[in-house]
Amino acid sequence: MTIGSEISQALVVCISAIFTQNILLAYFLGICPFLAVSREIKAAFGLGLAVIFVLTATTLLNWLAYHYVLVPLHLEFFRFILFIIIIAAFVQFTEMVIERYSPFLYQSLGVFLPLITVNCAILGASLFMVIRDYTFIVTIGYGLGSGIGWFLAIIAMAGIRQKLAHERIPRGLQGPGIALIIAGLMALAFTGFSGVLQGR
Amino acid sequence: MQTQTRKIMQDGVWQNNPIFVQVLGICSTLAVTNLVANTLVMCAALIFTVSFSSATVSILRQLTPRNIRMMVETLIMAFYVIIVDVVLKAYWPDMSRSLGPYVGLIITNCIVMGRCEAYGISNPPGRAFVDGFFNSLGYTYILLIIATFREILGMGTFLGLAVPFFSGPHWDKWIILVMPPGAFFVLGILTWIFRTIQFRKEKTSP
Repeated sequence: MTIGSEISQALVVCISAIFTQNILLAYFLGICPFLAVSREIKAAFGLGLAVIFVLTATTLLNWLAYHYVLVPLHLEFFRFILFIIIIAAFVQFTEMVIERYSPFLYQSLGVFLPLITVNCAILGASLFMVIRDYTFIVTIGYGLGSGIGWFLAIIAMAGIRQKLAHERIPRGLQGPGIALIIAGLMALAFTGFSGVLQGR
Repeated sequence: MQTQTRKIMQDGVWQNNPIFVQVLGICSTLAVTNLVANTLVMCAALIFTVSFSSATVSILRQLTPRNIRMMVETLIMAFYVIIVDVVLKAYWPDMSRSLGPYVGLIITNCIVMGRCEAYGISNPPGRAFVDGFFNSLGYTYILLIIATFREILGMGTFLGLAVPFFSGPHWDKWIILVMPPGAFFVLGILTWIFRTIQFRKEKTSP
């Protein structure tokens, strides 16, 4: 495959990861923090940005580790452990760097970083990347698109939930119940994009 | 001991149900509820992982330094998940393919870590095992309910076999239930029903 066609494929993968194949609304990854941190827009924004950054970086690192370490050694089954260690190490490292060089960024982003290690969207994206056999350039598009898709979903959710705070909701439906139903409606809206990309 | 086991059982399955009350671990497993067969296999994998890793964490609890315990727990979980993954790949490759990455995602399923942290780390192995088992059982039956609704209403089948009325020409299949939004709707409505029942009970009992 030439570089040009790879780049265009990366673009297609990126856009489909944002809209039609949204990692949260179509694959249910990262729902726990999505429900827990979507009460106000500010927190959702911080977490969303952190996810974009970590997700893109770790899928690339994991791609390199998988194709240059595990495949030559025939240790593919070992990928779960390796991926999770890389993710945890990367998150820890980022936290230290940010703390050292940008106290401002640390204040707005730092608190969310530890949460990210256990976000299934991060590990999920890496596993999908392996299963779908993406090349390195396509992986860039995939990681970025998945992160942006997750970011969009949590921001939209936080906006809706802020408005809902003043509504009267049946007691049993308050909290997670209503959030799940909103997520369902959002997923429905996002499937409306599926005509945008032919042949996905 | 007997009453203690019973209490653990009730807690896991109803009082403190991981899905409705703690809202944990719905991430990776909601995705496989479109077919009952997938859900069964996934939940069996989850029960295995949760009970054994909770017991293992509990066995090693005196040896684990406190500040790196998360890492140790994660590695223990990953160890059991790899066993499940390799066994599935060897003996049931079709199922392994249709579950895709979700078996691996059991590692980040919050319920596994949750049980290890909340129970395994501070209780003896036997009880940790029972606790893990019943918590994941409480999780399993809800996913089975969701999967049953989705498969029967959406595809007219149950475990791949045609269900009389729902697969016939008089039933318009609810395709939306097989698609991702369906999972959110069914779980949202179940949460609503469950919480309403619990609030009623709280009101009647002092």
